[in-house]
Parts: sequence; structure tokens; C-alpha cells
Amino acid sequence: MSKVKNTLELESAVVKFVGDSGDGMQLIGTLFADTTAYDGNDLTTFPDYPAEIRPPQNTIAGVSGFQVHFGSKKILTFGEKLDLLVALNPASLKSNLKWTKKDTIILVDSDAFDEGALEKSGYSSNPLTDGSLKDRKLIAVPVTTLIKEKTASLGVDNKTALRSRNMLMLGLTLRIFSKKTDYCERYIDKKFGNKGNVAELNKMVVKLGYEYLDHVNGEQYSLYVAPAKLEKGKYRNIHGNTATAWGLMAAAERANMQLYLGSYPITPATEILMELAKHKSLGVKVVQAEDEIAGITSAIGASFAGAMAATTTSGPGLSLKSEALGLAVITELPLVVVNVQRGGPSTGLPTKSEQADLVQALYGRNGEAPMLVMAADSPADCFYSAFMAAKLSVEHMTPCILLTDGSLGNGSELFKIPEMNSLPTIKPPYAQPNTKYQPYERNPETLARYWAVPGTEGLRHRIGGLEKENVTGIVSTDPDNHELMVKLRAEKVQRIANYIPEQEVFGEAEGDLLVVSWGGTKGVVRSSVIEMQKEGKKVSHAHFRYIMPLPKNTEHIFSKFKKIIVCELNSGQFVGYLRATLPQFNYYQANKVQSLPFFIDELKEKYFKLLED
Amino acid sequence: MSPIINSIERSNVELTKEDFVSGLPVKWCPGCGAHAILAAVENVFPKIGYKKENFTIVSGIGCSSRFPYYVNTYGFHGIHGRAHAIATGVKVANPKLSVWIATGDGDSMAIGGNHFIHLIRRNVDVNVILFNNMIYGLTKGQYSPTTPMGSVTKTSPYGTIEHPFNTGELVMGAQGTFFARVPDNNVKLMTEVMFEAAKHDGTSIVEVFQNCVIFNDKVHAQITSKEYKDENQVILKNGEPIIFGANKDKGIRLKGTRLEVVKIGENGITEDDLLVHDQYQQDPGIHLMLAKMAPPHFPVAMGVIRSAMYPTYDDLVEMQIDEAKKTSKIQSMNDLLNSGDTFEIK
Repeated sequence: MSKVKNTLELESAVVKFVGDSGDGMQLIGTLFADTTAYDGNDLTTFPDYPAEIRPPQNTIAGVSGFQVHFGSKKILTFGEKLDLLVALNPASLKSNLKWTKKDTIILVDSDAFDEGALEKSGYSSNPLTDGSLKDRKLIAVPVTTLIKEKTASLGVDNKTALRSRNMLMLGLTLRIFSKKTDYCERYIDKKFGNKGNVAELNKMVVKLGYEYLDHVNGEQYSLYVAPAKLEKGKYRNIHGNTATAWGLMAAAERANMQLYLGSYPITPATEILMELAKHKSLGVKVVQAEDEIAGITSAIGASFAGAMAATTTSGPGLSLKSEALGLAVITELPLVVVNVQRGGPSTGLPTKSEQADLVQALYGRNGEAPMLVMAADSPADCFYSAFMAAKLSVEHMTPCILLTDGSLGNGSELFKIPEMNSLPTIKPPYAQPNTKYQPYERNPETLARYWAVPGTEGLRHRIGGLEKENVTGIVSTDPDNHELMVKLRAEKVQRIANYIPEQEVFGEAEGDLLVVSWGGTKGVVRSSVIEMQKEGKKVSHAHFRYIMPLPKNTEHIFSKFKKIIVCELNSGQFVGYLRATLPQFNYYQANKVQSLPFFIDELKEKYFKLLED
Repeated sequence: MSPIINSIERSNVELTKEDFVSGLPVKWCPGCGAHAILAAVENVFPKIGYKKENFTIVSGIGCSSRFPYYVNTYGFHGIHGRAHAIATGVKVANPKLSVWIATGDGDSMAIGGNHFIHLIRRNVDVNVILFNNMIYGLTKGQYSPTTPMGSVTKTSPYGTIEHPFNTGELVMGAQGTFFARVPDNNVKLMTEVMFEAAKHDGTSIVEVFQNCVIFNDKVHAQITSKEYKDENQVILKNGEPIIFGANKDKGIRLKGTRLEVVKIGENGITEDDLLVHDQYQQDPGIHLMLAKMAPPHFPVAMGVIRSAMYPTYDDLVEMQIDEAKKTSKIQSMNDLLNSGDTFEIK
């Protein structure tokens, strides 16, 4: 799409759609995001919604939002300050005003700003008329009036007609960015095609919004974001939870194994379970278990029986799975446990994101029960992280916890579609039929035991939760054997470091400050480091995907910097692990536990202070 | 009725008891009822005739759950209460296995109660041997969910004040398709019942009234001992009138909506008046009444009480996958990755 005259061109733009839960903000957000993807912009999306399905109308608690950050450059974050805010009611305007800046375009439905709604949202005067928005670019559209007036000819009842308020805002938003409406129209036809006049109504309302700008001297509101210069190839927009599900499926196909998932619904991980349940044609077996414990233990049973097994959950669910994690450790069976982290403790903040389950993932079991711990760093990376978690778990006969989080799981970004043949091979260490089999005989390189799948001739054996004698697998309480087994289990996990990529450093290999982070904060932290580098500072970034074990060159990397700061959305869990693992270094910290992402400026402030000291 | 798609490969050589002896020293107390259960399993596995590699035994925690170590099959000793969930995973992942669960009253009906009822509700094709000694043995004598009310145990010094579960009632409440009960001192009946359990497609629950010589000795004696067994047990046989007693002169009759014990020859009652056992009846009403019979007014029903045909969970899993494979456009990960909205950057 070409830009119109006098348009303000942006390298990237942040748009947020907010309204009551049920106003259809997630839908128009997704449609807008897909349209930008179609136009060749790079993008990320992030939904922000309350835990309740239909909280009280017009209250701050009921505000549901969807944010899109798109650009002509690689988009690393969900975006901070808004270029455009679309607010369908006073409560959503009030709770999102803090994300606007001077000249942010604000679209509102002026009909929704009646006395009752203003009062419920805590406004003592009408912000549309009291001058409080004077340094913002306000477009107040009488949405309800317009729809009633212009769609009357269709003979659709009022209630149905007014459900399309979101579509008017979508049309207007598309126009502001000079984007076409054809993608949305195709969607509307598909979705409402068989519902009488509803498709026509929605398309008419999109057009109404699109043309509205002509009535309000629209040029001053025009924004333009050029297509991104992306690597050649085929792309799709993908959500983190979908990517996790697909990564597991890809690993199963690559390993020529059957994928088994035992899971119990829990926010914000449920989409992985729902996604995997769809793909029976690829042979995926999904058991929606009676509880979290049955989810993991049935997966352990499936793993014993020879499947690639996984269970997916969020924090409280991981707590329930703790005992079974120990069982997977002592039986040395492969198992992928995905924890889509949310705000804790306990039920905590189910729809908000946090990185506070790292210590639980590393240590949350009785006895000494180490396992592979990984963390995905972006929605699309969930695909590769899940793939690698499954590969390493199977090849090294160890359970693995893959940490993602609510932002990654619900967020989306462009995903360059890989060719399956380009993914690494996966070779499970199967025991061969009719050979002398001892359950705890180990591969001398990896220390992984061999996998004897029930049904195979000549390999009958018994394993379980009791400590076993090394090699033979006979139940043993021998003190020396126990200590040996504890060490072997730990060493087996440590040796995975020989099979994972070395840690990368973004920026110079040595300098004044190394910024360290892990998991879902990669985009924001990387952006903050890029800005520091642009300002000439000797700052580099090491973002960790592999946590247990750490990449082999971690110590070497750390030794090349004068100062190290560890940034994480908790009170200091990774930094505590680093202090225990590599105590020779002095670590500074940047922490935030507000169930909000880091902001670039607050990180930079920390870096500057460290560089000055 | 679903076609049975999950079939287990049979052995092409005749197997014997020796094929299933693991050779590990058996560590149950002398006189424990578990020894008889082990003997019955070693008897029945060769008779069932599957390849020996196709048997898998899963257990939880407790005295019962040491069972897998003593049988030479694939075995998995799980954690407390979770055998049913583990076995569900084994069977769904690998439906060509004959999956057996060794569990106890605490393992299945206290800590594992949730998994127990859902295994049964789903009708996963596994066989459960439930060692019911009405006590926690391995932790040395605390009451269990089946301990009779009023019993003095280590954790109920004043007598329990909890209503015990009747296993059969719980199984049928969870829509169980197979329930059998046997005393631990009748290995022949136990073997027959286990064979029936193996034949049944769906979750088979075999409750064994097991004696714990150390912590709950003679808890079942009123039912199982030589002295009482003829009067206090009735062994059900499909298609036959329900008769018991040392002289085979007592029977069970359905009167109105209730069962009653009658004496054959008294008040003109003949065998024709007695209830004829129909284990295959889909309606569980009579089965439930039979399962609940207990002294002093009734004998305890032994043998196969219920064996009703319903589709199994693992068959339905395979059927859905087969159907999807036939009809879906998505046949590989490359298909999936490239499906839906995609776009090309050139």
C-alpha cells in the first residue's frame, strides 16, 4: 500500500485496541495484525485481558486489550508507548492513557461516554470535552449513532447491528495506516457468510469507519509504516502456544515417534492442549487428564511405553506435578514438561506474565533431581525451543522443563516457515531386541541409559521410583550406589552441554557491561542493548535459552566484561543460580515483579548507573 | 458397538508359569494374601496366551505395588495413587500391550481415588488387581478408605468414624464395565476371574479380599474362613441361579425392588424362583445390589459380578486417528506448517 500525502512515516507503530470484555477487541486486533503481516510488515502481538469471561461492563476490571507492534524493521518487543489507541469505552481509555504520548492518535466511541459509563470508570468529567486530551490527537466518533443510522436499510436488529462497533474502529484504523480492507472482508465472509445479513452488515460498518476519516480532515491522522525487508521465504503469524505445540509435533515426526500429550486445562497454557487435540491426522494422542498429576503421570506411562511424551501446564500445575517429575528423573525417561509461566504464587495473576518459576523448575522436587531446563525467548522461538527440548530429552533420556510465559504463549510474531528436512535429526537410544539388556547400563558418552520399549522381544525389565543399582536396575538401598546414582543423574544432565550450541554474545565479545537475560524478555533487553550500543557504549547482551546445563562457554563470556547485570521479571532467580554456579563473578541485578514487561528506558537507566559507578 | 481394533499379538509357543517368574526374592510377610495373588497371576498369564513381552504391569505404592518386581514382564513401579494414570498412558501410547495394574485399597481409593474413578469412567482396556486388606500395611497399620467403621487402628485409637467405601459400589458409580471379587484363599477362582478380566474389553476391576497377617489379621475371616465361607460367600456363575450354603439350599431372590435370601424347599420355593446371574447385563442395577450384599443378612458375592460391553477408550482413540488420517488434508508437518494464512517474501 502506498502512502498518502502529508503522512507521518514511522519505522514501527504500536496500536492498541481496548474495550469491554466481549466488545471484540481480540478479534479486530488479530485482523489488524494479520493485515499488516499480509502487507509484509514484521510484527508482534500481545493480548491483555482479564481472567473473567464477562466482568462487569464499563469497569476498569473488565477492560480487554490487544496490542500490535508492526514495522519496517525487525520487531523485537510488544511495544511500549502507543501511536494509536482505540478505546471503545471510558474505562478502557482511562486505564490505557498511561501508554499514550504526545500526539498519540486516540479513537473513541463518543456515544459510549455517557454519564453512567463515565461514573463507573471513575471519571468526574468527560475527558473528550474537558481538555485533558488536548496534546493527543483525538478522533471522537459517534459510533452507535452512525451504525444505527447507516445500517437501518439492512433490517438487522439493533443488538446485532451494535455488535459491529469494533468493525467500525477497525475500518478507521486500516484507513489511518492506508491499509486495504480486503483481508478483513474475506474473513467476514468466511465467518458470517451463512448468517443472513450479518456479513454484509460488518462489511458495511468497516467501510463506514474507513470513509469516516474523509469527514474529519483526515490527513493529519495519516500514518505510514513501510514493508519490512525480511529474509526471503514463506511466513505466517504464529502464537507462542501454537508454536510450542507445533515444535513438539515436528520433533515427533522428525524422530519417527508417536506424540503423546497428557494435560489438564490451565491458563495460560491451555491453547497448547487445544492445538494438539486438533491434529489427530498426524497421529497425536491427547488425553485431557482428570488433573495435573494424571497429566504428567500418564505422560510418564506413555514414555515408558515408547512414545514421545509431553505435559503442558502453568505454575500451580507444575507444583502439582513435582512428585512425578522426580519419578521421571529416577526412571530416567524422556518427558517434556512445558510451563507457561504466569504471575504467582498460588493462583496469583493467571492472565499475567512473570518469570518467577525458574527456581521451581531447577529445584522444585524432593531429593536431588536435576533435569534439563530450557526457556523459549519469543513466540516463534517456542517452536524451536520445544523441538530442541524434545530432541535433547529423548536423546539423553531425561525429563526437560521448557519455560515459556503468558506473554510468549499468547503473543504472536512472524514465523519463517521451516522446511521439515532442515530441522536436526532425532535419534532415540533404543535398546535392540534380544540383546542382553540391563536397564541402567549407560552410553559412555552421554550417560543416557537405553530405552527398552514394552513389547520388544527379549528386553523385559522393571523400573520405578525406588532407587536402583546402577547398570542392573535391581532395587538397591546400598549407600555407595545411591551416591553414585545421584552423581550419575547430575552428570548426565551436565553432559548435555556437550550437545547444545555455545552461548552467543550480541555485540562485542568484551566490554564494560554484559547484560544477561533469559526467556521471554529477550526482545526488550535486546532493544535496550541496541540503544546503548548506538550511543557508543561498550555493552553486549547474552540471552540464555539453556539454563540447566549452562552452555560450556558461559564462564569464558562472563570473564570478558567489567560488569555483569542480570535482568529478569522476578526478584533474582537466575542471578541466584549464576551466583551458585559461577561464584567467581560479581553480578548486578535488574528485577521487576509487576507482571509487566521491562521497559527499555528503565533498563537503560540501570545500565547507565552501572557504567558511571 | 465399536469394532475391536486393538488386538494383542499372541505367543506362538506354549508358555508356562516359569516364563513369568522374575526370580527376585519375594519380600511380602509369610502368610500374606499377596502370595496367592502372585500365584494366580503366574497361573493365568500363560493361559491368556499373549506373547510374554506384551504383558506390562504397573503399580502404585504400598505392599501390593511391589508386585511388578516379582513377575517377569515389563513392569513399572510408580508413585502413590498414580498407577491408573500411568497405565492409561501406557495403554493409550501402546494399545498392543496387555496392561495390568497392581494396587491396594489406599492406593486406589484414597490418594489415587480420582485416577481410579476416571480410569473406570473412560473404560481404558486395562486389568486392575485391587488388593483390599482394609488397612495401610506398608506404613504399619493406619485405617484405609475400606476399613470397617469403628475399627481401632493406629490412627483411630477410639475407632474409625468414617464410612468405608464398598469397592463394587464405587466402581459401578463410576460406570464400571467389569467388576469381580475374590477371596485370597481361593486361587482357583482368582485364576478364573483374572482370565475373565483379561478377556473383557475395558477396565476390569478384580477386588481381592486380602488378609494382612500383621496389621489386620482375619479382617475378612467372617467371609473367607473355612468356618464361615459357605454361609457368607456366594460364588456367582453366569446364567445360573444364585445358590449358596453348605448344603446348597439357600438362594437369592429378587422380591420387588430388593434382593432377599430364601431357602430352597421352604414356602414352596424352588430354584426357578431364584435370581439367575447375568453378568453381561448392561444395566448395572442388579449388579450393584449384588455387589453390596454383606453379612449378617446376605452372603458376599464372589466371582464376576459385572462384565458389560462398551467401547474402550483406547479403541476410540485409534478410531478417531484412523478417521482423521483418512479425511484430513494435513498429512505431514510440512502440510501443517504451510496451511492457512501464509505469505511469501520474494
